[in-house]
Amino acid sequence: MEKVEKVMVKGTEAIAEAAIRAGCRLYFGYPITPQSELTEYMARRLPEVNGTFLQAESEVAVANMIYGAACTGKRVMTSTSSPGYSLMQEGVSYIAGAELPCVFVNVVRGGPGLGDIQPAQSDYFQATKGGGHGDYKLIVYGPESLQEAVELTVRAFDVADKYRIPVLLLTDGLLGQMMEPVSFPNFKNLNTLPDHSDWALTGTNMQREPHRVTSFDLDPVKLEKMNIQRHEKYKTIVKEEKLFEEYKLNDAEVVLVAYGTMGRIVKSVADSAREKGVKAGVFRPISLWPFPYEELSKYTEQAKFFFTVEMSSGQMVEDVRLAVNGRKPVEFYGRMGGVVPAPGEVLAKLMEII
Amino acid sequence: MAYAERFKTPTSLSGKEFTYCPGCSHGIVHRLIAEVIDELEIQGKTIMVAPVGCSVFAYEFFDVDGTVAAHGRAPAVATGLKRARPDNVVFTYQGDGDLAAIGTAEIIHAANRGERITTIFINNAIYGMTGGQMAPTTLLGMKTTTTPYGRRENIEGYPIHVSEVLKELSGVAFLARTKVITPQDVIKTKKYLKKAFYAQLNNIGFGLVEVLSTCPTNWGLTPIESMKWLEDNMVKEFPLGVYVDKVGNIR
Ligand SMILES: Cc1ncc(C[n+]2csc(CCOP(=O)(O)OP(=O)(O)O)c2C)c(N)n1
Ligand code: SF4
Repeated sequence: MEKVEKVMVKGTEAIAEAAIRAGCRLYFGYPITPQSELTEYMARRLPEVNGTFLQAESEVAVANMIYGAACTGKRVMTSTSSPGYSLMQEGVSYIAGAELPCVFVNVVRGGPGLGDIQPAQSDYFQATKGGGHGDYKLIVYGPESLQEAVELTVRAFDVADKYRIPVLLLTDGLLGQMMEPVSFPNFKNLNTLPDHSDWALTGTNMQREPHRVTSFDLDPVKLEKMNIQRHEKYKTIVKEEKLFEEYKLNDAEVVLVAYGTMGRIVKSVADSAREKGVKAGVFRPISLWPFPYEELSKYTEQAKFFFTVEMSSGQMVEDVRLAVNGRKPVEFYGRMGGVVPAPGEVLAKLMEII
Repeated sequence: MAYAERFKTPTSLSGKEFTYCPGCSHGIVHRLIAEVIDELEIQGKTIMVAPVGCSVFAYEFFDVDGTVAAHGRAPAVATGLKRARPDNVVFTYQGDGDLAAIGTAEIIHAANRGERITTIFINNAIYGMTGGQMAPTTLLGMKTTTTPYGRRENIEGYPIHVSEVLKELSGVAFLARTKVITPQDVIKTKKYLKKAFYAQLNNIGFGLVEVLSTCPTNWGLTPIESMKWLEDNMVKEFPLGVYVDKVGNIR
């Protein structure tokens, strides 16, 4: 990725600008804290690049507008926060069923229900285990910094196009609202974006047979076949698209596992633990689906125990337990409702366990 | 026009056999839409959005690109399509359960935005596909599987008048309610459909044609009785005519 000089930007705006540079020219959205600045940025910025911005009447409509726009094969995205993403689930299921490429951003806030507007990670199950009805998967990324968010946004559009799959950037209010220096990639040349002319809805121009994009077949055997094909694709994604970071794990006896904002915080916890003579390291999944099970399970030999930290009641800890598969203890610490655990608090918990 | 010319299958129909019951209006309306697309010479740039309901397979009956929206969401899907490809012609085909129940918000806002799309709204006062339950358009006193004692205004409320609601919205460029019982109706309906597409093609605004339709199967009537029932009962509740016309005279 070619870089230009660093600029100070806010998280939501960094993601928006990255999307535009990745070739996204269509945004449909509905305001919700703590991500309304992303929607506002798009409203301002898209017309400058001949793009299309539309504020919809609801998140239900947004997801269905995304479905329609994605049917044309163009790069399209939306962003929202937890209650809004819940409303989008109908559309997400249809989009996954119709195998349409597009990008969703969920800037997670405390829940359930209306909850609050503070950062949380309590939408992990919804993001990685379904959310809508049916047997489907989304590629889900959890960035830890604004630079990573920018890079993952660009990657999100690329893998969405490559696999015809919706991609979700799962972040939180902390990352969305903070400012950090970021270097943006160059603008993609729209003419070099992937060609979807073999399936996209563009009108036949009386040159070809009609294209039909649907998520359904009333014949169960045919629908099963569609599902099997989709799951074959998911297997390829599991093989090819796992992303994770390993921090000071070479000699680690304690493996801290966390993602996104929490992944970043526990790196300083590992550093402090090492000052106290505890050999700690961090395993940070970046792709939450596909989850790096095998890569994490490698550490079951050397680790005394695993310690998962989340801004939830313990949702990802279930995936960590699957990876560890009972071979070593998996401890958990989490805060809920939009409370962000401080490094000292996590360290104290870690020393307690030891 | 020679008989053979007049009754040939429109090019915009795929030729796939319709799946509708005998006496159902869906088939007549499909043919009229296809004739209009042919006459406007827009087949190559048309994209259709089929609904959930008996016409869920409509995208297979037309020889144009198409998709199927979630129940009621066709106007939102069409909005996404049209905004992504403003040079295409986008139309939705929706039943009353689809458009006037789950999809009320989507149709009102698409119409109000003056979305450059065309909607064909089939009002048969009942849910066809799921087996004859009450629709928002079900008449007072009308028996359905979920109003076995007849629709009562104090329990289920009144039939909703979609065209009357939408006519208040500034984004609407053409809006009419019609039926397809007599040959005169059919001729009129075709003219309305053409105008609704003109509203889009000439960039004037949103166009919708509401067609009062029969559902012999779920009304429990023969096709002929159904037509009579529609004339005697539905037309009284849902007055026919042009509600909005910003398109003006067309050839
Ligand atoms: C979210 C959702 N709820 C319910 C249904 C079930 N459903 C399928 S068709 C239908 C009624 C359709 O009636 P209408 O739109 O009037 O069309 P018709 O079948 O009469 O042509 C319903 C309720 C569904 N598919 N999706
Ligand atoms: S059930 Fe009713 S609406 Fe559906 S095809 Fe049959 S007659 Fe038409």
